[in-house]
This record gives sequence, structure tokens and C-alpha cells, in this order.
Amino acid sequence: MVDNILEIQNLSVEVSGKRILNKVNLQIPEGEVHVLFGPNGSGKSSLIMALLGFPSYKIVEGKIIFKGKDITNLPTNERVKMGISVAFQNPPAIRGVKLGEVLNHLIPDKNKMNDLLNKVKFTPNFLERDINLGFSGGEIKKSEILQVLAQNGDLLILDEPDSGVDVENLRVLGEVINELLRDRSALIITHLGVILRYVNTDRAHVLLNGTIVCSGPPVKILGQILNEGYVWCMKCIRVKTQRCEPEISRQA
Amino acid sequence: MYSSKDAALRARNKPASLGPDLDLDQYSRRSKNWEPCPLSSLSEDILKRALKVGVVPDEKSRSATFFQIDHSVIFKAIQDVFENKIEIMSTKEALKKYSWLKKYWWKIVKVDTDKYTALAELAWDQGYFIRILEDQKVTIPLQACIFISVNNLNQNVHNIIIAEPGSEAQIITGCTLHSNVHRGLHVGVTEFYIKEDAKLTFTMIHNWAQNFDTRPRSGAVIEDNAVFISNYMCLKPVKSLQMYPVAYCRGKESRVRFSNILYGVGNSYIDVGSKIVLQNEGCRGEVISRAVAADKAQIYARGFLQGEHGDTKAHLECRGLLLSDEAMIYAIPELIAKAQGAELSHEAAVGKIAEDQIQYLMARGFSKSEAEALIVRGFIDISIFGLPKDLETEIQKMIDVTTERAL
Repeated sequence: MVDNILEIQNLSVEVSGKRILNKVNLQIPEGEVHVLFGPNGSGKSSLIMALLGFPSYKIVEGKIIFKGKDITNLPTNERVKMGISVAFQNPPAIRGVKLGEVLNHLIPDKNKMNDLLNKVKFTPNFLERDINLGFSGGEIKKSEILQVLAQNGDLLILDEPDSGVDVENLRVLGEVINELLRDRSALIITHLGVILRYVNTDRAHVLLNGTIVCSGPPVKILGQILNEGYVWCMKCIRVKTQRCEPEISRQA
Repeated sequence: MYSSKDAALRARNKPASLGPDLDLDQYSRRSKNWEPCPLSSLSEDILKRALKVGVVPDEKSRSATFFQIDHSVIFKAIQDVFENKIEIMSTKEALKKYSWLKKYWWKIVKVDTDKYTALAELAWDQGYFIRILEDQKVTIPLQACIFISVNNLNQNVHNIIIAEPGSEAQIITGCTLHSNVHRGLHVGVTEFYIKEDAKLTFTMIHNWAQNFDTRPRSGAVIEDNAVFISNYMCLKPVKSLQMYPVAYCRGKESRVRFSNILYGVGNSYIDVGSKIVLQNEGCRGEVISRAVAADKAQIYARGFLQGEHGDTKAHLECRGLLLSDEAMIYAIPELIAKAQGAELSHEAAVGKIAEDQIQYLMARGFSKSEAEALIVRGFIDISIFGLPKDLETEIQKMIDVTTERAL
């Protein structure tokens, strides 16, 4: 039996007293790449913040088990040290803090750093820029992937790595991510699924209104979403169609 | 002597318009007489403190050096290659040497401004006279240190800086005290004359103690096409610091930029502003402030722009970062347009350190305190000073030590 690198058990989360995740259950076996689909506002990014332990995301029930250890109450940097690396969708700009300073902290070896820069096609002077300040959409995604590369974690979480990226950069990113995910575990969040053209994935989950409602083969689920939208998923909860039923019962 | 004495006598009890009113009788005027000596013969602790305000003990890495301890000038020197390009001496010596200097004395800063300017006249303790001769471009910075070695001392310096037409120079001055000095009062009057086509960058670093008061009083006149860049940095505790230097852009196309980096800790009361008066066509001005308030520090960051001519432009930018619920930052911008076409603007942002920034850096493996230090260090952006690379690196090191220790 393959061990799970991540197990989210019955996780409910509140922000400012409002419930945003409700009894989420999710397992990612070691070495698998999972995809999380869901419409805007369904709680995808909140799930990441809760996984990282950001203080405003209050866990009201459930547990997060990473590499067999309960990390539900660990501070963010401790979780990260254990091997969780996240590429954020909308990272904050920090004036005066250079991208290079953050990367140096993660990877002090200059030669290795240059290799990574080449991979995402950044020139070294990019490191002198204030992190995320005035970055284009594509630059943000590349900078996030670069930081995840430098973190060299065991579980990679990529939040919308394909949104707001032009075709040329999408290809570069897709190839880098595909290489990055080889022999690693990952959770990729996407609502359009463009990145799946470049990346092999094992399993997909659909998050609706803070709950995982369906899990199954990524291509099949994406196909349904693209054809019929999330309306189909909503209908699916009510009627429990045969397409999803096996997955739902497996989860339960 | 000077008629300024009468004016000073009349103003000797006049409180300043801003800042806590100090009882001048509480400070001592007694200090020992320091004999002139080479910098290298000064004690290690004095040199270390001087270094923290940018004054290096190796005078060879500066074009000229002036060093005053308490009421005595102990060292002044110009490197051989800069002889006949610059002059550096005490203002007492300069007034004796040059009768014309009277035309520059108390001409921008008024002697009867308040009891502190009056004190600087009535109990005047030297100060430096620096003059960059016409068309001389001094490529290596000049340095001056005003040092206090006796606890509870009152020290009053009056400095004059003249950048003659077409000259260019960088001056770094540091005011600080011995580690045994806990309280006292430093009054520093500085009058700047930046003549046609000259460019002067003046960087002043203060390093005081939690019970020490200081009242700098500065003014500058900038002539045609001249540029004055004034940088001020105070990163260490102070009981009260109040200053509101003024620059008059008198000449056509004259330019001025004030940049202030303030880091308030402990119970520091810091009231620092910059005034710019644009008096001729094409004048440009800029004030940039970065204020960080920790512990119970109170910081007033003021700015005053006055456009007296149509074709003028100035901008005021103030950013404040609060690191404690008990600290306070009060940004007070004032814009006065007296002529159509004067373009004056300001932007101010004061707030706590952003939680999402800390979390983001923690997600990259930094601890909370490391993340905060990194953000504060980035906020105290030394590049606003526009210094040459070497000098910038020196000052960045001082900031790094401060931000690491403070957090």
C-alpha cells in the first residue's frame, strides 16, 4: 500500500467567523499529482491557506496529516520546512524586498540558482526587482514556480499556475512544471485546466461551496466541466448520477 | 560683536513652535578641553561610535575630515590631492579668516527663531565650515563628526556649508555620543549655500540615546541650476528630536530633494519635517520620508511645499510603518500654492506591517521575526538617498544591524 503524503481529514475552516471549508476530505498518495477544480469562490485558495496554517484561516474541526505527522497546529514556516511548497495565485508585492533575497535564503548556491533562472527564462537582473512589484501576470507565475523550484519540497501546491499567462510563457511554464512534478507529489489548482495539456495528473477533485463533492479521472472530470460547466457538478450532488456516484461512495 | 546677539537675548526664552519645550537650565555647559590629535589616537569606543554614523577613522578614504568633541575641534584635515579644492575648518576659525563670512552667518536660519537658535548664538561651540571652491568636483566624500563625551552636556554648533558655483561634493556628517552619555542637548544650526550650477549631497546621520534631546535648525539657499540633496537618518532612540529644515529654491531651475529615514524605538519623540519654498521658474522639489515606529515611539512626519512661481513643481511622499499598537505616526503634509501653474502634490500612507506579506515570506521558510525584519529592512529604502554605491553600502550595513537588533 502506498503511503499518503497528505491527508486532510474532515477539515472545516472559518475566516472572520464565516465557514469557508466544510468537512473536506482529501488524500494524496506519495508520488501522485492531483488536480483540484472548482468555480471562483468555492474555497480552493482557502484550502491552501489553511494547509499552510495562515492565522486568519481558523481550523474549527478536522486534521491535516503531512508525511504521517499531524501538522494542524504548526506555524507556517515549520510546515514549509517539512516539505510543503506553494506557488501562490496572487502573491503580495513587497516593496524593498528583492526576489533575489528570498531565493538566496532558499538556495544559497549561485550556480544552482542560475540553472533555475535559465529554466524559467529569467535574466539575473530580475533578482534585483522588488518581489511581485509591477510584475506582469506571466512574471508572477514564473517567479512563483522559481521559488517552488528553489524550495525543493516534497509536496508541491500550485494555485492557478496557468491563469493570466500568455501562450509563449504557458509553454515554458508547462514544461518546467512537468519536469518539476516528475517523481513528486502535487496538488494543482485550476479552474480552466489549461495546464493539464502539459502535465500528467493522476486524479482530480471538485470543490463546491467549501466541500469536495466529486473525485475521479482528471480528463473525464475536466471534459464534463468544460462541456457543461460547474452546473453539472451541482446537479450531480443532488441526483448523484452514476458518473460520480462510485467516487462519492469511495470517499465516504 | 554681532547684532545677532541682541536678537538672541530677546529670544532666549522663546519656545519652539513644535516639539516639547525643554528647560535649558537642566543641562551642563562644562566640558574638558580636548587637545587636537590624530583620529587614530582617539579611543576605540569613540571611533566605533563615530563609525556608526558614517565617519570612518581612516581619513584617507575621505577627501576631508572634521572632528569635534564636546566644545573642542580635535581634528581637521584635507587630503593632499584635494588641497585648493575644498576648505574645512571650525566656523570660529573661518569667521576670523574671512570677514565676508558674516554675510552668510544667521542669514538663512534666523537667530531669534526660538530659544535653541538663541542658545546657539549665546553659547556657541564651534561647528564646521566647509567650502567647495568654484568648479571643483570632489569625487570622494567629505566627512564631519560632532561628538559628545560628557553626560548631560549641552553642545551648540553652528555650521556653514558653501558650494561655490559649478562645484560638486558629497558630505557625510554624523552626530553621536559616547556610550556613557545618556542625556544632554545638542543644538545644531546649519546654513547651506548652493550657488549656480553647484551640486551638493549632504547626508546626516544621528545616533543619540534614550534620554537625549536634539534640536537641529537648518536652512538652505539654492541658486540658478543648482541641486541640493539632503538626506537625514536617525535609527536609534532619542528622547526628543524636532527639526524642520527649509530649502529656498531661489535660482531658476534650482532643485532640492529631502529624504528622511526615521526609525523610532523605545519612547522616542521624533518630529521631523522638510520645507521647500519654490521661488523661481523651473524650480523642482521633492520630499521623501520613511518612518518606522516601534515600541511607544511617536513620529510626526511633516512636509511643507510652497509654490511662489507659476512654473514650479514639487511632490511630497511619506510612508509610515507601525510595528506596535502603542506607537504612533502622524503624517502632516502642507501644500501652499501662491501662483497659478505651481504644481504641488503629496501622497502619504501610514499603516501596520501587512499580514499577508509576513505570511507570504513565512511560506518561503522565514520565521515570523525574520519576515518582519526583511520587510522593515526593505521599507527603509536607502536607495532614496541617491548615494554613490560605496557610501550606500556603508549605510546599508548600519541599517542591517539596526533592523536585526530591533526585531
